[in-house]
Amino acid sequence: MTEEALKDLLYKIADDLLILGHRNSEWTGVGPLLEEDIAFSSMAQDKVGQSLAFYDLLHQLGEQEPDTVAFTRNAEQFHNSQFVELPIGEYDFSLIRHFLYDHADYIRFSMLAECPIEEVAQIARKLKGEIKYHVMHANTWIKQLASANEEAHDRLQNSLNEALPYALGMFEPSKFENAIVEAGVYPGEQAVEDQWKENIAIVLEEAGLNLPKWNTLEPVFGGRYGTHTKHLQPLVEEMSEVFRVDPTADW
Amino acid sequence: MYGGGQVFDSSSVNNELLKDEDPQKLAEFEARIERGEKIEPNDWMPKLYRKQLVRMIEQHGHSEIIGALPEGTWITRAPGFKRKLALMAKVQDEVGHAQLLYGAAETLGKSREQMIEDLITGKSKYSNIFNYPTFTWADSCFISWLVDAGAIVNQLANARGSYGPYCRALDRICAEESFHLKYGHHCVIHLATGTPKQREMMQEAVNRWWAPMMHFFGPSDKMSTHTQILTKWKVKMATNDECRQQFLDMYVPKIWELGLTIPDENLKKNKETGEWEFTEPDWEEFKRVINGDGPCNKERLAVRRTAEERGAWVRRALTAKTKGEEYVAPLA
Repeated sequence: MTEEALKDLLYKIADDLLILGHRNSEWTGVGPLLEEDIAFSSMAQDKVGQSLAFYDLLHQLGEQEPDTVAFTRNAEQFHNSQFVELPIGEYDFSLIRHFLYDHADYIRFSMLAECPIEEVAQIARKLKGEIKYHVMHANTWIKQLASANEEAHDRLQNSLNEALPYALGMFEPSKFENAIVEAGVYPGEQAVEDQWKENIAIVLEEAGLNLPKWNTLEPVFGGRYGTHTKHLQPLVEEMSEVFRVDPTADW
Repeated sequence: MYGGGQVFDSSSVNNELLKDEDPQKLAEFEARIERGEKIEPNDWMPKLYRKQLVRMIEQHGHSEIIGALPEGTWITRAPGFKRKLALMAKVQDEVGHAQLLYGAAETLGKSREQMIEDLITGKSKYSNIFNYPTFTWADSCFISWLVDAGAIVNQLANARGSYGPYCRALDRICAEESFHLKYGHHCVIHLATGTPKQREMMQEAVNRWWAPMMHFFGPSDKMSTHTQILTKWKVKMATNDECRQQFLDMYVPKIWELGLTIPDENLKKNKETGEWEFTEPDWEEFKRVINGDGPCNKERLAVRRTAEERGAWVRRALTAKTKGEEYVAPLA
């Protein structure tokens, strides 16, 4: 496996975390109730902090400083899935995305915790501990809200239906997929996806939400190769608005 | 983040409420406060004391939740990881303060829902300073440093007050605010000692925010009366002028030290009296903004109202099963 392949993997993970952390931070101050405002904000911080851990590792591998990487690239240079760049929508969509994303990340980090590249394994072990709580948070809310009343149930079901094709895009294989799997870095995105489908099905069934047949869904791919929705470029511009005033300045 | 501004306008202290109180209970209550004891939720207290505390704590809570908006809008634009992470944590703290404060106010018998309802209908006020816009990153840095500094002056005083739950909430809040202040100071230092563009941004922010900052502590003591009983009951722990003087004494030298100027040529410390002298703030503007006609009053309340409306289905769902007979323990 080449270093390029490893960097590609790390960029995918880091960009997902940064963009979703950024999106979820948009709930700060306007959440549906104070307790959830605080919880969402806290998890958003975790995500941005987790992305930094991977950008730091990329920097050690010769990439530019984390601030430069995060705050000066254009949308097409990001490797995140399109799923995480979609606007926050209503809280039901943000909650469903949080649920679908964190389940996948928990599995991915559990696998990467066994990675033979010790630097990667170390980060994965640490972050897995944080993401465990994100998954618990998502499961609790999904189950409680979906079984509360028809309104909440229908909102979550509609958001789930809307989110699933994009969620499948998280597992888009990269051009280095085979090399990564053969090198034993982790079992690969197909393995993450298979486990993810099992795990979310258990929670969704308890919650009384319907999972459509997987073969009826068309995954939304492209993000891992720099193809994005119209929503990412404005996000990136907003994120770098101040930084770009003078990228060489110390802010 | 909270100033002493609007809480104690004279019309709110209605001594009529005291007429019906049992004189013996009132005397015991005042003796307890005199001895430095804290009043707890189930203790006897005069109606006027309860009313004023609900009003004060509620307004403080509103100030935290509305104060999250002008800074929160910079989370998505904060320059660099360090600032982005710190600002996220800071604004999260402010929302957490609202939660603590609403909890403290609820111990006095007003529900959080009612308080928020009174906020978004404009019945209840919040700190005036958040009715001004944050045009640039430097504005958000000004708030983090100096508005929080002003709030600490006010809150440290109130933390010595007589109502136990409020004091305990304030102790926790002040501990967190002290980190906000360090963060804000760090941001301002970087701008004030940075590139010409950064220095210009910071100076412009100081120019914009100085008048609201002077208003922050509320009208001059000369203008606010009828608060003697609140001082006696340790509801009001320091006068507006005392807080303003303390703030000027602590922070004007630090602002000057950074090479920034303050847009008030009369601002100076009188060596003989030890008091700061300054141009009298425009109290007509203060009143106008408090009464709803500031640059951002409508926007702030609209954002809060929209947030309440968008989140209503979640709150309905959470309470759905606690009504009637079909209560089911929440899944977890």
